[in-house]
Amino acid sequence: MSDLRELYQEVILDHNKSPHNFRELPDADRHAHGDNPLCGDVVTVYLRLDGDVLREVAFQGGGCAISQASASMMTDVVKGKTIEEARALVRMFRSLLTEEDGGPADPSELGKLAVFEGVKEYPMRVKCATLAWHTLAAALDHHDAADAVEAVGAHDAPAIVTTEE
Amino acid sequence: MTVSTQSTQATAFDPATVRADFPALHQEVHGHPLVYLDNAATTQKPRAVIEAVERFYTRDCSNIHRGVHTLAERATAIYEGARKTVARFIGAPSPNEVVFTRGTTESINLVARSFVRPRLAPGDEVVVTWMEHHANIVPWQIVCEEAGATVKPVPFDDRGVLDLDAFEQALSDRTRLVAVGHVSNALGTVNPVARLVEIAHAYRGGGGSGIPVLVDGAQAVPHLPVDMAALGCDFYAFSAHKVYGPSGVGVLWGKAEHLAEMPPMLGGGDMIRTVSFDGTTFAEPPSRFEAGTPNIEGAGGLAAALEYLSGLDRDAVARHERALLEHAVDELGRVPGVHLVGTAPGREAIVSFTVDGVHPHDVGTILDGRGVAIRAGHHCAQPIMTRFGVPATARASFALYNTHDEVEALVSAVRYAQEMFGV
Repeated sequence: MSDLRELYQEVILDHNKSPHNFRELPDADRHAHGDNPLCGDVVTVYLRLDGDVLREVAFQGGGCAISQASASMMTDVVKGKTIEEARALVRMFRSLLTEEDGGPADPSELGKLAVFEGVKEYPMRVKCATLAWHTLAAALDHHDAADAVEAVGAHDAPAIVTTEE
Repeated sequence: MTVSTQSTQATAFDPATVRADFPALHQEVHGHPLVYLDNAATTQKPRAVIEAVERFYTRDCSNIHRGVHTLAERATAIYEGARKTVARFIGAPSPNEVVFTRGTTESINLVARSFVRPRLAPGDEVVVTWMEHHANIVPWQIVCEEAGATVKPVPFDDRGVLDLDAFEQALSDRTRLVAVGHVSNALGTVNPVARLVEIAHAYRGGGGSGIPVLVDGAQAVPHLPVDMAALGCDFYAFSAHKVYGPSGVGVLWGKAEHLAEMPPMLGGGDMIRTVSFDGTTFAEPPSRFEAGTPNIEGAGGLAAALEYLSGLDRDAVARHERALLEHAVDELGRVPGVHLVGTAPGREAIVSFTVDGVHPHDVGTILDGRGVAIRAGHHCAQPIMTRFGVPATARASFALYNTHDEVEALVSAVRYAQEMFGV
């Protein structure tokens, strides 16, 4: 079962069990809500900015291990980055898993996030991994924190996503 | 074509033998033998069905009803013969009450559009249950929205058993139709359809003459004997692909007097009597509802599937499927951290469950890694998930070709998922 272990690496399982920065930020400058309606994964990403820098990043949500671990590791990685650096990371992460944005990215540039490369082998699960990142991108683009942005990550999924019985 | 009445030609049922009839079962997935337990989503096809479809394309391919040449006659015979086979299989009084559609969803939409919509006035109601598949909710919502009417859901209890008192109370002078699933696709609950029909037909409020009932039989036809006379319903809908037939074809059975008064949903060829720019007259049912060239090979494949089933000892098949379900319920129920969703007595072929600490989608992926195909998600029945307070479940569903070894493989894979996630 080596291939399953590549998908569910220890670090992913650890983040799923004990997600980092899993809380609401009441004083967030920006936040966005994302969901994958086909599978029910939901995530809300909160940002507190200090000028151009993401001073605090947190999330709340529920879903599969891939979606939760991805959100958790994302908050660790983008904390302290500038908005532009965070946007670049969003692009890089997405290109790790999809052919868009000039992918495939060099996993070494993504550091710890490279553990998600195994998701590529599971096309149905790509949208789980990218949901938090789409939601972060929506929060970064959204200047009015008053209402959440709907970000749907399902666009990354190939056309084989099924809903029907 | 060999057409057998039930059990006259039946031979002793042996799942190991019937497995040989299903080519797709004999493959490996991720290095493990395929254990296909997603039968409520779609069933695998016996060779007889595959060959019926292939025969159409290699020998009989033609359009129906119009040509006078040999191939057109053969194609017409296949298509109209399939209608007769379906009628016989479901105990319909006449093949003319069998409308071929693209599937259960289209069948229900046809009733919503052509039977219910013209009868709906503001304030009217369509009564459904809380355990319906989205296909038996959304079509009613669409026509009710248009008419200013509402869809009224009847609740079920913690086991997944429909509340009969609530059902009776839900009926009113404004109820234009009752739409109920025969077997729940997410819970396996078998609803007491004949009893519900009796109650709805007996309803006499405001001088009414009873309320018509549509039954969504998508999950019932593969497992239960269905007989239109015994059920007493007004409409019955099902899909070929869930009963070992091809995708893209299904059935709406409707009482002749209802079909006769329904306008067509789609206009086009093969559904008219005469066409002129002064006006067009429509054909009689069922042609009225089958505009355009239909899924001829699909209908032929469905007939082959029903003949295949009729050739088996269906009582033995039902006993086998129930034994598989009992086995799975028993074994899964004993795994710490596994919770069954839906525990109604007398369920059919479906077990939904959750695993503490492992999301159903992760369960699905890990089981797939062991060759075990199940469904994870809301099963197009979100109100059920809401009712049980879960975002999704894992669901194993059985067919006649499944074995007790496969149940063991399922349970062992679930334990493996727990181990992997350290729960």
